[in-house]
Amino acid sequence: MHLPRTNALQAVLRPLGQLLLFVLGGSVIISLIVILAAYLLRGSRQDMDLVQITFVLLPQVLIDGITLGFVYATIALGYTMVYGVLEFINFAHGEIFMFGAFAGVELMIFMSNQGYFDGIGDLMAYSYVLLSILAGMLVAGLLAISVERVAYRPLRAAPRLVPLISAIGVSFFLQDAMRFIQSSVHGDFYRSYPTFGPFTERVTFFSVDLNGRAIDITIQNKSIIMIIVAIVMLAGLNYLVNGTKIGKAIRAVAQDQRTASLMGINVNAIIAITFLIGGALGGAAGVLYAFKFTRVDPFMGFLPGLKAFTAAVLGGIGNITGAMLGGIVLGLLESFAASYLSIFTNGAFGAEYKDIFAFIILIGILIFKPSGLLGQTVSQKA
Amino acid sequence: MTTTERNPISALFQRLTHSPLWPILVLAYMAFVTYEVTQAPRSLFWRVFFLIGFLLIFAMPQPMWLKLTYAGVVTLLLVPLIGLQNPFLLELGFQICVFGTLALGLNLVVGFAGLLDLGYIAFYAVGAYLWAFFGSQQLWNLYTVAGTAQAHVGFPLNPNLFWLFLILGTGAAALMGIALGTPVLRLRGDYLAIVTLGFGEVIRVLASNLSKPINLTNGPQGITPIQRPDLPLVLISPEFLDRLTSLAGRVIGLGDIYSFFFYLLALVILVVTIVIARRLEDSKLGRAWTAIREDEVAAIAMGIPLVRSKLAAFAIGASFSGAMGVVFAANRTFVSPETFSLTSSISVLVMVILGGLGSIPGAVVGAAVVTLLNIDFLQTLSLELSRLRQGAELIPLIGMPWSQLPSQLDPARYQRLVFGIILVLMMIFRPEGIIPSQRRKMEIHEREANDGQSVK
Repeated sequence: MHLPRTNALQAVLRPLGQLLLFVLGGSVIISLIVILAAYLLRGSRQDMDLVQITFVLLPQVLIDGITLGFVYATIALGYTMVYGVLEFINFAHGEIFMFGAFAGVELMIFMSNQGYFDGIGDLMAYSYVLLSILAGMLVAGLLAISVERVAYRPLRAAPRLVPLISAIGVSFFLQDAMRFIQSSVHGDFYRSYPTFGPFTERVTFFSVDLNGRAIDITIQNKSIIMIIVAIVMLAGLNYLVNGTKIGKAIRAVAQDQRTASLMGINVNAIIAITFLIGGALGGAAGVLYAFKFTRVDPFMGFLPGLKAFTAAVLGGIGNITGAMLGGIVLGLLESFAASYLSIFTNGAFGAEYKDIFAFIILIGILIFKPSGLLGQTVSQKA
Repeated sequence: MTTTERNPISALFQRLTHSPLWPILVLAYMAFVTYEVTQAPRSLFWRVFFLIGFLLIFAMPQPMWLKLTYAGVVTLLLVPLIGLQNPFLLELGFQICVFGTLALGLNLVVGFAGLLDLGYIAFYAVGAYLWAFFGSQQLWNLYTVAGTAQAHVGFPLNPNLFWLFLILGTGAAALMGIALGTPVLRLRGDYLAIVTLGFGEVIRVLASNLSKPINLTNGPQGITPIQRPDLPLVLISPEFLDRLTSLAGRVIGLGDIYSFFFYLLALVILVVTIVIARRLEDSKLGRAWTAIREDEVAAIAMGIPLVRSKLAAFAIGASFSGAMGVVFAANRTFVSPETFSLTSSISVLVMVILGGLGSIPGAVVGAAVVTLLNIDFLQTLSLELSRLRQGAELIPLIGMPWSQLPSQLDPARYQRLVFGIILVLMMIFRPEGIIPSQRRKMEIHEREANDGQSVK
């Protein structure tokens, strides 16, 4: 975590400004590329005007991409925090995300069955969503600490591959453990976030006219909540890391564990706190994900986890601002690939290739700029 | 502990194993276990003891030629003999050989060269899809939408081209290994793991989506039927089959002969792989790998060609599984993307880790244990559980009737749970594996002993 020392207010405001810049800059650049591509490929399709359809879809694709980007950014922070402190990829982070999602969903299902959601007002609905996010954060944070204690701490002195393999083991174990719990309690392992409150309503921005048919550009209430919650958490994390004493200790441990311990910092406790924070962020992201896409299952953590990791690497792993940037970029790219790939290639390659996109980007970055967009070149530790 | 202080029992044991009596005892053991297996073909218990026999033979302190004779007799005579009666054993043997080869290939990459590859199954997929494409009717279905192709009579290629494709598959996988290896050469261990994982996923996604614009893989439904090579006429003559039928006490058909054939083929490939791995271990290349694994910077300084050595590891490791992929496609006559999931990659990794990183016998033993666990132990447990569900008995301690147990609780589906536990426990308590390679063991524990950097 290579961030300059700043005072508390700056620590919160600066990353927010950066974030805004990323979102705007990223959106503009990727939109321009797609529009350019649309003009170039205009002649390839007779049945529709490629440029027109690109413009019509653009606002919706951007909004979806940014929403997704914030989720990836929130998960990516968990990878980056742990990597910054331990130089270790927490392979099980996707499963911690999944546990958080289940915790939030189970709580909401329970409350729904108790009748809490019958004819509730908007304010209560919002606070219940907040409650589910807090539940997810709590469960995921505690799980992350326990995983660290059981599976990583005994291996801290071992060669690099050893904790990584242990993390893969934890990841597999947690997937099936959740499946086991769910299927022994409910008989199957899919759960859904209950629908209540005003969240499925859409806010309309404006309408576009396509051959006489009006298409509304809307954003779901859900997406607005997701973005707000994600921004609040990112700001909070920045304050925590750059504006508080604990944050200072985390940065010290990240730089040099041995010296930090000589300075009276309890290294084990700080590492545990790092896992707690990373896990809590992952859990919150999980609940947000469940809130948006409704369905949760024990294997849901794998792909978002992998993509968030890609986002963390894209931004420069170990760098908090970089993780956010990477998340936004990846979310945008994925949303654009899902919407435009099939239109541009006349159906030959469809949205099913969107998942590959993340990997191709990952491989590309690692080849050409292994330190990521914002990362510094670090020398290799054995 | 020095040799003089050894306790009397172990000294006695030492003398016993080195005496000429020992091979006879092992022989007697094998004979007894074989008899028991033929008496109770469904018993997992005796199957496990049968497999332990291999370990006994491997661990015999007697000269190599004797051990090889023993192993030859057991694999070429006893296993087919039991397989006549119970075809499941041949299938078990086939899978152990297949996964043994895969584990050896991965062991080369992870164990010898220290490059963690989480997408290893992709090379297996390359081999399998190569023969699946050319050995099926897919060549005629290139422009039909997946799933709508009409059944044709015959195949575009001669089934005996299988043997050519066995070699081509090996080469194609090796090329893929180089293609993957080249861009990721600069990456450190953990980055490499993620990139290879991504590569494995890319191959799987391609396999399930390349049904358009040109139908190469037939999408998620997979390709079937795939041809098998012709068998020698002697083996499939009616007189021979009749004789086997009277010997086995059940009708022996072409399918059984094919099981035997594929078991034999996989065994031969496994043996070849073991020999290659053994020879590589102490070769110039093998030592270069060890040097790179232990300290890359120092290895470069000593003039070891980093790029060439790493690429060789990827290529050779991949080629083993490419060959097995071709065999697998022919054996199953069906290939679909599901087989090549991340779980399969990890299960091969579990075999290598369980047996011991960098250890050749370890990889084979690991493969045997995990395969047994996968297709035998967990399945048996599932069957047992579903039998209990039918009855009215109560679960001990809880007092709930078995029949109320949710049907989702099927042990055969909880491979990931078992693999996860194995990986974590092995890493914490015995990172060097069941049969550790001496060098690797020292490496792992040496770093633990004098690592001053981290705080305990």
